[in-house]
This record gives sequence, structure tokens and C-alpha cells, in this order.
Amino acid sequence: MGKTIAEKILSNHSGRDAKAGDIVIADLDFMIGQDGTSGVAIDSFRKMQARKVFDPKKIAIIIDHSSPSPNEGVSAIHKKIRDFCLEQGIKLYDVGCGVCHQLTPEQGHVVPGDLVIGADSHTCTYGAINVFSTGIGSTDLAAGMIAGKLWFKVPETMKVVFTGKLPAGVYAKDLILKLIGQIGADGATYLALEIGGEVIDALSVDARFTISNMAIECGAKAGLMNADAKVLEWVKQHGDKKPAPQTADKDALYKQVVEIDVTSLEPQVARPHQVDNTCNVSAVAGTPVQQGLIGTCTNGRLEDFQIAAKVLKGKKVKTGTRLIIAPSSTEIMMAMIKDGTYQSLIESGAVPVTPGCGPCVGTHNGVPSDGENVISTANRNFLGRMGNRTAFIYLGSPATVAASMIEGRIADPRKYL
Amino acid sequence: MSWQGKAKLPTQKIVNDINTDYVISGRYKFKIQDPNELAKHVMEDLDPDFYSRLAPGDFLVAGSNFGCGSSREQAPMAIKYANIAAVIAKSFARIFYRNCFNLGLLAIEADTDGIAEGDELEIDLDGGRIINKTKGREIKIAPLPRTMQTLLADGGLVEHFKKHGGFKI
Repeated sequence: MGKTIAEKILSNHSGRDAKAGDIVIADLDFMIGQDGTSGVAIDSFRKMQARKVFDPKKIAIIIDHSSPSPNEGVSAIHKKIRDFCLEQGIKLYDVGCGVCHQLTPEQGHVVPGDLVIGADSHTCTYGAINVFSTGIGSTDLAAGMIAGKLWFKVPETMKVVFTGKLPAGVYAKDLILKLIGQIGADGATYLALEIGGEVIDALSVDARFTISNMAIECGAKAGLMNADAKVLEWVKQHGDKKPAPQTADKDALYKQVVEIDVTSLEPQVARPHQVDNTCNVSAVAGTPVQQGLIGTCTNGRLEDFQIAAKVLKGKKVKTGTRLIIAPSSTEIMMAMIKDGTYQSLIESGAVPVTPGCGPCVGTHNGVPSDGENVISTANRNFLGRMGNRTAFIYLGSPATVAASMIEGRIADPRKYL
Repeated sequence: MSWQGKAKLPTQKIVNDINTDYVISGRYKFKIQDPNELAKHVMEDLDPDFYSRLAPGDFLVAGSNFGCGSSREQAPMAIKYANIAAVIAKSFARIFYRNCFNLGLLAIEADTDGIAEGDELEIDLDGGRIINKTKGREIKIAPLPRTMQTLLADGGLVEHFKKHGGFKI
């Protein structure tokens, strides 16, 4: 019997012929923490009586979730992280560098075939470039930093195939929202996803990150894709680590195969307060919104802002609403400045904040008021997520958010393209 | 091993998909480092009265996909420091499940339909059952994976590492 991508990567890193269901202890190629989770990881590291990390070059900590610090409590955690990185010689990405899940691949830390952990649930993002990357807790990160290894249960795999031709105005975000709505918030719990098909092949690498990023929203452990020529070129441009791409064998065993024909897919929206509460944009069009957000590890890349700028070109964010934009990294912000996207969005009334997670996690940069509706490109719309438990969060593509900002109510972006 | 305590249900119902943002909001987890302080906000966004209904040794009881979403270890930490002895749910999201045992917190999969707020429960781990003394019935529980038994017996991953100097699972 052949192997899935997950089985191959976990076999290669554990020195075993690993099959779904096995427990393996595997060598890690890279690991990350962020400011919401690394404080606890440092505490666990100390409690484990460790003195040195196994290899500082294989670790990065990113201050992105609440950055720059909005209060003394956060500042104390940031200082703890900075001191630890300095002490251990670990790469620190301090305030303003960007979101961990943009920086980790962008700065060349991970390449196809790697095994990566991160103390952040959206670590599954790098699956888009054929990395088995998965979210873990802070104490697992501490164990990884000490041992350079972690134990894994080798997951079974769900194969997801997107077929047909993506209609104009429908994007990667709509594909993943459609999948999550179809299989549910626990549709892939304990499973790896292998996502492919002609629709994925036609997407840019940036757009593929959007899809793998949200694998966790249906419970998946990883959101793997093949490393095709586009991915290998992308990786080459972002670093000098040598990739070792893995593909599934033809006779690999899948727990389930899901096929979605996208030819007649409409833009999708996830309604409050669950990501799997999805619908066609037409079902919620007209719902008033007071705040928009374009950014986050899901949709804060150059292409996302270019699409938003195209929708908003020559138009204004409706009076009485505000559009917050948070580029996912300094590099992205610089590219936006260089190609005019940044200026164009500001002219339309968008409000840029520091590269990073922006208001996604409810700590700063735009906590909604009581009872307000927000339309966001983020990956979660849980009650209270943005810091106010009486607000309502809708999720959509950058085009959908931009169109909704023009009207001050949820709108179908296709009429603006 | 066995534990006795009362069932405490967020919103006093069996709720599915309780995510870790609900267990502990980002508003608190980013700035509060003291786990005893975090514990006071456990489940606050979903059920603001939850913490005030707790007594030491209670069990948190919920539906399927408990702990979905964020990887924050502050979620099982807030539960543990609120003196909740175990989480009983129909199913768990994988990062949360792993984090529980890493902290030495018991998480049990069982059919929780029929358990009501305040029911007196006994978890009989060796017997593979939960006895609902209030309702006079037994619920079968799925056996704990061997790795989780090891972590639980050692008192969590920190103690496991101190004991073995690395992974011994």
C-alpha cells in the first residue's frame, strides 16, 4: 500500500515506515512561537529545567498578535520573549515585522518536505508549500525547543479535489469557506488534508496559503498541497534551503475523498459565530456593517490588497464605516507602497495599521463597539473574537470585504469587477 | 483511578464546538500571566456566570468538538486552575486534547447527552465508565490512548521531561 504526503514526511523524519495511526517521535526542521503563546512556552522550558535550546537556528519567535504592545501586561510578556531570544540566540521578529505565518515561509525558514510545529493553530498554513506543519500548545513547543523532536500520531488523510473553473470574483477564500461549510467545524478532526485539483494548480502560491491556513477550521492537523513548479520557484525566491518535495503514491489510502466543482460557486460568507456557518453572499447581502478588516495570516498578502484596491478604485469607504488594513509583513507593505496599492487603498479611505495580526484577536487595533457588525478576511468569527462579545463577525474574501465597505453593508463583489 | 464531582455545563446545556476563545478570551490571555487570575475568566464570553457556579473538583461537561480553534494552552490552564478535575465531551479538537494531557488535565470522550447541570458523577477510569449517580445510569467511556495515559500518570509533559530527560512514550 502506498503512502500519503503526511505518512511520507513523518516517515522521513522518524526513521520509521510510518502508517496512519502509528505514534512516532520525529525530528523537527523548524518551530515557531508568537507573543500569545511563547510566554507560557518559556515558563514550561524553565520548569523542565532546560538551559539551552537544541538548535537556535531552527527556532523563531514572532511578536505579532498584540504588537506594538497596547498595555503593561502585554509589554511584560514581550520583554520576557525578547530576553529569552537574546539569551538563547533565537531569531526574534519584533513588532512590525509581520504575522508569524507570513514570515516563516517568506523569510525562507521552511521548504517543501519539512516537518514544522508552531505554538499557533494556523501553523498549518505552510501546507500550501508541501510542509507538514501543525499547531501545538506552548509546552509541546518547549519540549520541541529542548529535544528538537516531538511525538506525533500519524494522521489519516482526507483528499480534497477542487474541479472546474473558478468564476470571476470568486477566490481561494471562497473555496476554503465552501469546504468548511460542507464538512463542518469538526469534519476533518485528527486528519491531514491533501488539497489539489485543477483549480488549486491555477492559483498563485499566495492564494494557496489562504486555503491551507484555514485547514484547522475544520479540525485538520495539516492542509497539505503538492509542490509544483510555482511552489518550487516561490521557495527559491525566498531562501536557500533545499526543498525535498513529497507527493502521495497513486495507491495511497485515504479516509475520505471530497470533490467540489467550483464552476458555479458564488462568493462565500461565514456568518456569526462559527466558521462553518457559511452561505452564498447573496443570502446576507444588505446586512449593515460598521467595520471591515483586510489582513491577517489568511488574507494579508500583496495579491489580497491588489484585489481590494481594484474593487475600491475610484470609490470611497462609506461614511460611517471604517476599513482597517493590516499587511501581513513589512515586505508586503513595501511591495504595496511600491506598486501603488497602499496609496490607492488610503485614497479610498482605508486605515492601515502595523504589519501583524491587526484586530483579529481582539487585543488592539480596532475592537468593535457593542452590537456592531464586522466583515473581515480573517479565519475566525467566534463570539468575542475581536474583543467584544456583543459584536457580530462575518468572514469573506478581500473582494467581498472591499465591496461591502463601499456600500456599508455586505455586498457581492462581482458587480465591482 | 476514580474521581467524583458535579457536572457543570457552560450555558447549562450540552453545547457543541466550544472553542478555546470561549474557554479563555484573547482579551485576557495576552496580558495575564498568573493562571489563577486567568481561571476567573474561564468561559466568560460564552457564559459569564460559569466561574461563579464552580466548586473544586467539578467536571466541565460539553458536546462535540470541544476546544476547537486556537492552540492557546491558557485554555486548559484556565480550566485546571479553576479547579475543574476533568473535561468530559463527546469529542475533542486535537490541539486542545493534547494540551490537556500535557498539563496533566484529564479529558474524557463519552456520550454526554443526558447529563444535566449539577448531576453527581463518578469517573471510573479503570472500569471504563462514568456513573451518573443523580440519573442512576452508567455511560461508557472510550479508553485513553496509551500516550495520554503515560502523560497523565507522570502529571503532564513538564514532569514527564523532568523524569525521563526527554520523550519516553
